[in-house]
Amino acid sequence: MKKILEEEKTLISLYKKMLLIRRFEEKAGQLYGMGQIGGFCHLYIGQEAIVVGIDSITKNGDQTITSYRDHGHMLACGMDPKKVMAELTGKATGYSKGKGGSMHMFSKSKHFYGGHGIVAAQVPLGTGIAFANKYKKNGNICFTYFGEGAANQGQVYEAFNMASLWKLPVVFVIENNQYAMGTSIERSSSTDAMHARGIAFNIPGKEVNGMDVREVAKESLKASAHCRSGKGPYILEMKTYRYRGHSMSDPAKYRTREEVQKIKEEKDPIDNLRDLLIKNHNIIEKKFKDIDKEVKMSVTEAANFAVESPEPDISELWTDVYTN
Amino acid sequence: MKVNILMPSLSPTMEEGSLAKWYVKPGDRVQPGDILADIETDKALMEYESVEEGVVLELSIAEGSENVKINTPIAVIEVESISQNDSEIPPNDLIKDTQDDTKTAYEDQDINNNEKKQLISNEITHSELTEVNTNNITVREALNHAMAEEMRRDENVFIMGEEVGEYQGAYKVSQGLLEEFGPSRVIDTPITEHGFTGLGVGAAFTGLRPIVEFMTFNFALQAIDQIINSAAKTHYMSGGQITCPIVFRGPNGAAARVAAQHSQDFSSLYASIPGLKVIQPFSAADAKGLLKSAIRDNNPVIFLENEILYGKSFSAEENEEDLEPIGKAKILKTGSDVTIVSYGIGVMHALEAELKLNDMGIKAEVIDLRTIRPIDFDMIIGSVKKTNRCITVEESFPVCSVGSYIASQIMVKAFDHLDAPVISCTGKDVPMPYAENLEKAALITTDEIISSVKEVIYF
Repeated sequence: MKKILEEEKTLISLYKKMLLIRRFEEKAGQLYGMGQIGGFCHLYIGQEAIVVGIDSITKNGDQTITSYRDHGHMLACGMDPKKVMAELTGKATGYSKGKGGSMHMFSKSKHFYGGHGIVAAQVPLGTGIAFANKYKKNGNICFTYFGEGAANQGQVYEAFNMASLWKLPVVFVIENNQYAMGTSIERSSSTDAMHARGIAFNIPGKEVNGMDVREVAKESLKASAHCRSGKGPYILEMKTYRYRGHSMSDPAKYRTREEVQKIKEEKDPIDNLRDLLIKNHNIIEKKFKDIDKEVKMSVTEAANFAVESPEPDISELWTDVYTN
Repeated sequence: MKVNILMPSLSPTMEEGSLAKWYVKPGDRVQPGDILADIETDKALMEYESVEEGVVLELSIAEGSENVKINTPIAVIEVESISQNDSEIPPNDLIKDTQDDTKTAYEDQDINNNEKKQLISNEITHSELTEVNTNNITVREALNHAMAEEMRRDENVFIMGEEVGEYQGAYKVSQGLLEEFGPSRVIDTPITEHGFTGLGVGAAFTGLRPIVEFMTFNFALQAIDQIINSAAKTHYMSGGQITCPIVFRGPNGAAARVAAQHSQDFSSLYASIPGLKVIQPFSAADAKGLLKSAIRDNNPVIFLENEILYGKSFSAEENEEDLEPIGKAKILKTGSDVTIVSYGIGVMHALEAELKLNDMGIKAEVIDLRTIRPIDFDMIIGSVKKTNRCITVEESFPVCSVGSYIASQIMVKAFDHLDAPVISCTGKDVPMPYAENLEKAALITTDEIISSVKEVIYF
């Protein structure tokens, strides 16, 4: 793994995926401002290294489940940016035919189980998917993401207990971006060591620099090896930072502009990987420009597709309430 | 001084039990805390300890005796005399009084129960004339057989919940399943309703078919977010990609003397949620056929059982392929004067009322809804068009009850056929009280049904 993470091809691919998420989210923010996207819209900008790093070590069939800040997870696991953007704009061509929106999107073929709007509800759900992996003996892991804010919900510990008790193949990824909506971790949590939240349940945990895609990949691989060997769950605390507000309608009065600026300048996962590629692999500026162009085109294409797609037929109101 | 040892009541709904084993014999000296006997009920096997100090004189009920009513004298113990100073009332008198009182009470109850049992078995036999080979089966056995058959049929079906495995089920509904299917498919969970409900829903998203047992539906309130927001809505939110084939089942409604937090019918609450199906059976055959259908259904199903009905026997033919359709009501009694629409334990009261009304010359049509969502309005409206009068009977609270919705729909769909307003008979608009008389007053009664019928037919 360590060797692969030094390979130019791998690093370029990670860079490209992170950049896709960044540009996609910027475009989503823009479309929100234009009234094309409604309701709640939670952007992932700043946290890209986490999903991209983890996705790079998954095996075919491994599942992903997360909260409502989910666009990055979907793009990381290979879902089509056009159909994700179309869902954000509430169009018939979206992953949920326009009926789920930003917070509720799924792809059975990419093993992405949502997109859940209730804080921490995805934690028992992901544990259940892991339960099914064990039941079916398919060797897969469910990567169950939640924020440090969700980590204060009771059902997280109910899930921890069962996951450990039954040795379920689940990696709990706590994306610690320091703020639960507008409440900082210091103001909401009695301890800030999220990776230690599993100690009472005998679940090992590791604090990881979530702004470094290579470290994310390295530690996730260790966690997944632990799970796949039948030892049960593992907690990864990803130290990260979201640049944007909790949602689009967040005035962000709870932190200073300088705080955000400092992180962007010093810790940005995309910039740092770019610097590394330049320094260690002599990648020239032209190559980054080509990547940038390719990613921009893909995002523009997604936005155009979304804006031009038709709204769902009114008859869709009554479909998918029940299945046969 | 001789003291009678009485058959104990060991659970809120216990009426009788078996004397499984005696640990003492005449001549033995016993201390308080010594185990006298094993008492077995339909729910559990329990040790019965002495509270007396003395010598066993006689065992009045033989080991192995079944159907011993509570408060029946089962043994006599000679206890050392206590001086008059220790007690103001001579213990002998105290015991005698208590015994006489309880004996009378128990006899009343017994007659009442026998009547009910007789009534239930008569009705079902009448309403299912097509049956040839019939056996008696309790609702508990019916539910147990439904699960076992479906688990044999499909290895994706598993059951999880508190005490479903090694304990054999808090109400013995899952009895024997662990032995047959093993711990990977009969899963004892921690006391973690919110967590294991979410876990079950997640497993169902991948195509497994969990049966999640709530020890009672009162505890499902801890898990209501996962039921409503995750189980019911994900199919819609995913544009039809994700299905959630899961059954949530367990006892619902009032049991007996367990008060407000353990006595509530949740039918109308769940029935208001699109994406859920809601079933509440009355008879054993329906319990079995509908549970099997629920397990095979690809949607989340709320399956509401009733502790009081668990032990009731019904005549029913058992056939592995007998599936009852979800969403279809059933006419249990045909009549021309008034339609009584009910479900669950309400049907028991409705059938009692129907018998008494018949004696007064009033012919009531009794409809057992069986499914609360979707409701079989075709059958209700068809019946109302014939009888022109309707009352609904349920155990729920009155505000936004199932009956109030049925009444509104009858008004919309059969207004010109109505000769009287529809009356909804429900439980009272109060938390369930503990005291015996208050509890009785809070529940629906047969008399209330009869007086409501009289009201709508201007009797």
